[in-house]
Amino acid sequence: MPLNWKLGGVLLGLVFFAAVLLVKPIGVSTQFVILDGIVADAVSPALVTQTEDGFTSTNAYLAKSGGKYAKSVANPLNYGFVFVLAMALGGFLSTRLRGGLDAAERSIPALWRANFGDSVAKRYGVSFLAGFIALFGARLAGGCTSGHMMSGMMQTSLSGYIFTLGAFATAVPISLMLFKKEA
Amino acid sequence: MTSILLAIVLGLSFGVVLDRVGAANPTILGKMLNLTNLNLAKAILLAIGTGSVLMFAGQMLGLVEVGHMSVKTAYIGVFLGGLLLGVGWAVAGFCPGTGVVAAAAGRKDAMFFVAGGLLGAAAYMMTYPSMKAFGLLDKIAGGKVTLGTIPGAKYEGLTALPGDILGIVLGLGFIAVAFALPERLVSNRVRVQPAQ
Repeated sequence: MPLNWKLGGVLLGLVFFAAVLLVKPIGVSTQFVILDGIVADAVSPALVTQTEDGFTSTNAYLAKSGGKYAKSVANPLNYGFVFVLAMALGGFLSTRLRGGLDAAERSIPALWRANFGDSVAKRYGVSFLAGFIALFGARLAGGCTSGHMMSGMMQTSLSGYIFTLGAFATAVPISLMLFKKEA
Repeated sequence: MTSILLAIVLGLSFGVVLDRVGAANPTILGKMLNLTNLNLAKAILLAIGTGSVLMFAGQMLGLVEVGHMSVKTAYIGVFLGGLLLGVGWAVAGFCPGTGVVAAAAGRKDAMFFVAGGLLGAAAYMMTYPSMKAFGLLDKIAGGKVTLGTIPGAKYEGLTALPGDILGIVLGLGFIAVAFALPERLVSNRVRVQPAQ
């Protein structure tokens, strides 16, 4: 059972506030690029190179903004990357503490099962594709649900509102079409 | 080192809370997006409002450094990227953050989502120069702007309204919407009826 929305909302708000109070606003999707960069740089070490005043890359995206992504790739023990690893650990521990997920839920969530049945191949394939689209989109937008929608609107940033408008413009109609049966 | 410690504490808290509000459960997320159970939406709105009020009030009292703000640039790609993210979010029931949390929680479909996400992010890394050439990344309305003008911030205001007060007012607005929103907007869903 999830927390009731009032307690959950306040706790979530406190985490976002603590982040901006102590360090900077929360964001996640950049770290997908950083992990890609770490893997790619391990395979071909010429990808990220040190310069006199920082880092750069043969990949234009990693090299942009003065090589800040290249720098994170070169130093995986940086705030943003460790934050996401810790977030994963938090999700793992929290799920354990409330007894874990049953086997059926671990492969197919209830709402999907009610609408599309028991094929794991279908669920996994669609999830993979959805991940591709979501992260391509998040990188094009320069942020995701946490960085743009929550941290952005919390700071009254125009880009946060633009992103949120876009995300709900597709998410709600698609969800209404796909999930007609209740779990 | 302090920053790594903070990353661990804040990241852990974020992961735990995302799990506990149900955001990493595609069924709960799906019920929010198909408008049959808005409790998660209420929690998100309350969170944005709470964070906003605390941050801007803290700034006005001099307790929160304005320099910690990080406002992202506005450009056409923000909207287009939002549209795409919305597709993946609705279909799978995960966004980048909750996908990672759900994968760590043991959801195998989330592991596929994250794998697809890594490939999608890599595809963007490869195509970034053409996105830029197409003008999708050209800033609009001044780029890194906030709705009001925040005292001491390095960002320009879209309006001359005092940005900190506006932030508190909007924050209270988000909280009010969280309370005003009904638990459910759509009722005519097909329900599999249990035998009487």
